[in-house]
Amino acid sequence: MGRTLFDKIWDAHRVATRADGRDLIYMDRHVLHELHAPHAFECLERAGRRVRRPDLTFSVQDHTVATRPGRTDTTNPDGGDFLRAMREGSRRHGIRLFDIDDPEQGICHVVAPELGMVLPGATHAVPDSHACSVGGLGALGYGCGTSELEHVLATQVMALKRPKRMRIRLEGRLGPHVTAKDVALRIIAELGVAGGRGYAVEYAGAVVRNMPIEGRLTLCNLTIEMGARTGIVAPDETTFDWLAGRPWAPQGAEWDAALAGWRTLRSDDDAPFDTDVEIDCTALEPQVTWGTDPSQVIGISGRVPDPGGADPSHRAGMERALAYMGLKPGVPLAGLAIDRAFIGSCTNNRLSDLEAAAAVVRGRRVAPGVKAMVIPGSQTVKRQAEARGLHQVFESAGFLWGEPGCSMCAGSNGDRGEPGERCISTTNRNFEHRQGTRVRTHLASPATVAAAAVAGRIVDVRQLVGVTV
Amino acid sequence: MQPFTSVTGIAVPLLQDDINTDQIAPVQMARALKPDYADLLFKRTRTRPDGSPDPDFPLNRPQFRNPAILVTGRNFGCGSSREAAVWGMLAVGIRAIVARSFADIYRENCLQNGLLPVELAPEVAADFERRVIAADGRAHFTVDLREQRIIGPGGPDIAFQIPPADRMRLLEGLDDIGLTLKHAEEIAAWEQRMARQAPWMQTARDRRRAPGESA
Repeated sequence: MGRTLFDKIWDAHRVATRADGRDLIYMDRHVLHELHAPHAFECLERAGRRVRRPDLTFSVQDHTVATRPGRTDTTNPDGGDFLRAMREGSRRHGIRLFDIDDPEQGICHVVAPELGMVLPGATHAVPDSHACSVGGLGALGYGCGTSELEHVLATQVMALKRPKRMRIRLEGRLGPHVTAKDVALRIIAELGVAGGRGYAVEYAGAVVRNMPIEGRLTLCNLTIEMGARTGIVAPDETTFDWLAGRPWAPQGAEWDAALAGWRTLRSDDDAPFDTDVEIDCTALEPQVTWGTDPSQVIGISGRVPDPGGADPSHRAGMERALAYMGLKPGVPLAGLAIDRAFIGSCTNNRLSDLEAAAAVVRGRRVAPGVKAMVIPGSQTVKRQAEARGLHQVFESAGFLWGEPGCSMCAGSNGDRGEPGERCISTTNRNFEHRQGTRVRTHLASPATVAAAAVAGRIVDVRQLVGVTV
Repeated sequence: MQPFTSVTGIAVPLLQDDINTDQIAPVQMARALKPDYADLLFKRTRTRPDGSPDPDFPLNRPQFRNPAILVTGRNFGCGSSREAAVWGMLAVGIRAIVARSFADIYRENCLQNGLLPVELAPEVAADFERRVIAADGRAHFTVDLREQRIIGPGGPDIAFQIPPADRMRLLEGLDDIGLTLKHAEEIAAWEQRMARQAPWMQTARDRRRAPGESA
């Protein structure tokens, strides 16, 4: 019987099986951020342990960093302690730090792929639930809490139970301005926020094969939002082309040897999956969330659902969500006025995301009264975007163009909305209060957020730019 | 890690599905390296907009002031991987959570901290929830991990399942890192083998710079 891609990577990294039945899975790369690492450093030191592989461990300042140009440690007053503790802890343990003034600083899930630090077939641990993003390169990302972070520091392995395997085949062809974000939101709507619990997910099918790498990173990033800890796309020529020449990727003879191995990284034709799902994406519209979890989403031409007609077990949650969002059943989302638009986060702030948004914004202006902001994913993304003049497109339209960080996605750096505001956002969680006290968040793609920013209300980006659908 | 054998005390019902870690530990409200985890627990939900405690929120009601067991719905602890969402439970004295299901990372964080995650099948859970509501904090429940039973007023004992390895780890309060370090030689051997087979995986560096040259 054949093996899945997930099993091939798992088996290749299984160091041992512990007495309690857990597999020790070697972590090729371990990337830390300042919100959780300082606590783990302290616990590790108290136990008298050392970091086993500081050379495979990297620290990134992203969650608490201010995004204002000219930022310092104290621009976000709550961030200084984290930034300093991260700096000192990383120095004590000999870990390379991407500090706030590093020319390659950015969000950990953006920096590791773009530098070629994470590679196909690799395992990748991050103390952050969006570690699964790197699945877009064919790597196995594992998000974790602080205790498991300390465990990886001390041992370079994670002690895991082998999950079940799910394949999601995405067939058909995406229409114009329909993106990986729209696909991912649709999947979460179909499977629910707990549909992936206990699974490792492989994304397959024509839509994935035709999807550029940055789209695959977005798709895999949102895997945790349906409850699965990791999601992966088999690497292919698109992946190898994207990685070739990246500064940390192997080169020359090593690249050739690596490539030969990477070409075997796919699920065998007869590999068994515990669950197999197929979604036809041909008629998929741009998606916008109406509620307070990412599964509460509809197409742009849709209407807010009626809890009265829903599965009774979901009714109370839907009613709570509608009350928080200030929405009534049956109303269309298109036309709903917004106060704020945010383009950023590890989900959607890579160069192609900014290009998609800029294509909509170019020649237009942010609607009066709307506060709009673009936060690139990393200094590298920011430089590339500026070389293309994208910052001018955004700034001349009235967007704020900031320094890289998690910003309004995590709400940890001082960037947040005002109570009661309605915000359309390219981030990953529309949870209550996530973007500020009583802020109402609608998740959407960069193009859809850009369209709403210039229209002042939620709109079908395809109509705004005059695409026939 | 603090071992877990059994807990007896007040069971507080919080019967919603998909409660996320932003709700459990709204760290945005107290951004500090070491916040008061007890104060942070459900802070947003516990507090009305004017800052006063919401008297209707279960954990604010007098009979649930000293909870030992939290009873909740499906997919508890989804969202961010923050461990503060477990530390807050322990800080107020909650040692066991009985849910219809847990999010994967949250469940692991529970095991890492000696907080017992108990999953009940829907029909068993529904009956237990009714008993917890009926008891209304006036009578104690016991969650016994040795016997894998929940004991309390309003009905017969409830048996629950938990993987034997998770049970053993909690009962003995085993140090997870210590368990893994028993395999230190195998880890080293794996690294040596990989360094020969795929050296680019055992070195991570910026190849624009010479080895050893600092960034």
